[in-house]
Amino acid sequence: MAKPELQRTKTNTKKMKEHDTSLKGTLASVFLLGFFIIFSWVSVYFLFLHRL
Amino acid sequence: MMNETVKVDRRDAKLALAHIYVAFIALALGGLAGLLQTLVRSGKFQLPAGISYYTILTTHGVLLGLVLTTFFIIGFQFAAVSRTSGTFSNRVRFWGWVGFWTMTIGTATTAFFILTGQASVLYTFYAPLQAHAGFYLGLTLVVVGSWISGFATFVHYARWKKEHPGKASPLLTFMAVTNMVLWLVCTLGVAATVLIQLLPWSLGIVDRVNVLVSRTLFWYFGHPLVYFWLLPAYMVWYAVIPKVIGGKIFSDSLARLAFILFLFFSIPVGFHHQLLEPGITPFWKYVQVVLTFMVVIPSLMTAFAMFATFEAYGRSKGATGLFGWLRKLPWGDARFFAPFVGMLFFIPAGAGGIINASHQMDQVVHNTIWVTGHFHLTVATTVVLTFFGAAYWLVPHLSGRVMTKAMNRLAIIQTVVWAVGMSFMSGSMHFAGLLGAPRRSAFSTYGNSPQALEWIPYQIAQAVGGTILFIGIILVLVIITNLAFFAPKGETEFPVAEAAEPQERAALAMDNWKLWIGITIALILIAYTVPFIDMIQNAPPGSKGYKLW
Amino acid sequence: MHMHKYEKIWLTFGIACLFVFLTVIGVSAFAEGKQPPSCLTTIDPEKVDQTPPFNKPGLVKTGDNEYQLNIVVSAFAFTPNQIEIPKGAKVTINVTSKDVIHGFEVAGTNINMMVEPGYINTITKTFNQTGEYTILCNEYCGAGHHMMTGRIKVVE
Repeated sequence: MAKPELQRTKTNTKKMKEHDTSLKGTLASVFLLGFFIIFSWVSVYFLFLHRL
Repeated sequence: MMNETVKVDRRDAKLALAHIYVAFIALALGGLAGLLQTLVRSGKFQLPAGISYYTILTTHGVLLGLVLTTFFIIGFQFAAVSRTSGTFSNRVRFWGWVGFWTMTIGTATTAFFILTGQASVLYTFYAPLQAHAGFYLGLTLVVVGSWISGFATFVHYARWKKEHPGKASPLLTFMAVTNMVLWLVCTLGVAATVLIQLLPWSLGIVDRVNVLVSRTLFWYFGHPLVYFWLLPAYMVWYAVIPKVIGGKIFSDSLARLAFILFLFFSIPVGFHHQLLEPGITPFWKYVQVVLTFMVVIPSLMTAFAMFATFEAYGRSKGATGLFGWLRKLPWGDARFFAPFVGMLFFIPAGAGGIINASHQMDQVVHNTIWVTGHFHLTVATTVVLTFFGAAYWLVPHLSGRVMTKAMNRLAIIQTVVWAVGMSFMSGSMHFAGLLGAPRRSAFSTYGNSPQALEWIPYQIAQAVGGTILFIGIILVLVIITNLAFFAPKGETEFPVAEAAEPQERAALAMDNWKLWIGITIALILIAYTVPFIDMIQNAPPGSKGYKLW
Repeated sequence: MHMHKYEKIWLTFGIACLFVFLTVIGVSAFAEGKQPPSCLTTIDPEKVDQTPPFNKPGLVKTGDNEYQLNIVVSAFAFTPNQIEIPKGAKVTINVTSKDVIHGFEVAGTNINMMVEPGYINTITKTFNQTGEYTILCNEYCGAGHHMMTGRIKVVE
């Protein structure tokens, strides 16, 4: 019963929000963070392999 | 929110402040111990009067890892719950004080046995090293005291829910309750090993102890312990920092979801501290490695939420470009700057944590000083700088004073000093660890081994970093003392942010404790039942106690 | 519960990375046998000196270029603590403790394991390069913890 209504508000807020503020800086920041994690992990993994 | 008070009631403030005082006294003493350790390990200094390095190390670990954290967290959470869910009843406050005194007496007891050299077993107290029974008894009191405070929080939360039917609990209260549920579930493990195994054994009631069972129960507690430290920092990040900068909470319901995920995945993961030990099959280690990786997810969510909060605020102030919003942040405000630097340090800290938990890769870093470097980023930078940043408004709010501009400037300097000192200390610890330098060891050249001689420059860098950090501790103690006793009288705000778009329905659905606790217990049973039964069924002969210090 | 499009992208990427890491170490461990030391064999810690192979600690040749190195760990010593290994040898190192928990680490290698009373722990390594390695205890065991040491010399 309440479901369609819930769905509608969901899409509404979604539209409103993504229109309102750009978060492209956030996306770039978290991806930089992600690449740092990958770089660190891969470095130590190769150290592990090197020492086998 | 009818019950919301803008100011924490004076009587609740006193209770919170008492906890915070003990926390900062622990910081002073534990910090001094840390300074001495780094000096000893540089190879250039020796402790006077025959004091043992390991007595100092035990003091450092217990005072900073257990006392500073637990006292600050409970004090902060009491204040946050009182602020967001209304003044405590006399009964709740009474039990809060009972909890405080139980923990304080426990701390004093434990400290006595450590400082008199009867318990140089480090803060992990691995059997069969056997401390004086008073050490275990004191720790029991600390844990029991925290339980009493936890239940006092639950009673207050239940009353709020009863008075506000159909309403979602205030975010900070919800988070404090989650953290105390996490704490209660995980401390059952350490309580079990101390009360059932170690206390009777140290009193001579039983002769022998099952070492692996004891370690497993300890680490069942030991990893959620670090999340018990981290979650209050996340509380500040999610619910306070947006208000400090003048923005909004990015998403109230996703913040709650992150906390519930921490509750699920921070407990059934203790084996990642036991990856290199005998008696546990690789299969069960790997199961817990997978669960450990799941606990990364709520931190990924948090990283996004923080950047999004900052960017949304910066853009609302007209920032343009990819990173223009960074310039709009209040860099001169220590309430923001200290936690922000803490957040930055969590990036290498998190990367290191994923490496540590990566099953066989642990062979590269296990019990090397890399690990010490790792948790000095997590708890001793991310968590502690956030706590300092919170104390800069919490202490004057509770003491009825205001932070002067001069003190704010000193707090900014303090943060920079901390960041520099920690970069030296933790950075060199990470590199020395990769070369094999062990943690928890006094200075040694291992018989003039060429490898060990290579570590010495890194150890000197650690002493430099440790010295800078000790200056940081002196600065923060000056600031806190000022804010508690000497700053000008006045009103300081307890900042609590609002959600960008309130999602009452989603938030209300999060107050489903029966379900959350049920899932938590189910995950613990899945991760631990089979290997734990194996340990007991295939147990070797137990161990007598040893006092080897 | 609403989630921003970018957050979905980020979480998908992040979680995918975690699963790639898990797959890499999982395949390496379970398919290639590079498991962390996890021996299940128990021993009476008070009878280590009478229990083979620890009644005669040291290096034993078990096959063509294959060796067993049995080391007894106690406060505060490794027995033996000076070991010569021929280059290219595949060595299975077995350790156990006579008293408290110790660590067995050969600095600069992947040899790193917990030594706990009541259990044997084991790891296999092929020494392909000549050189000298430091053995040390990396788990606190008492006042002489940092004095525990030994050497492995890999010789032609």
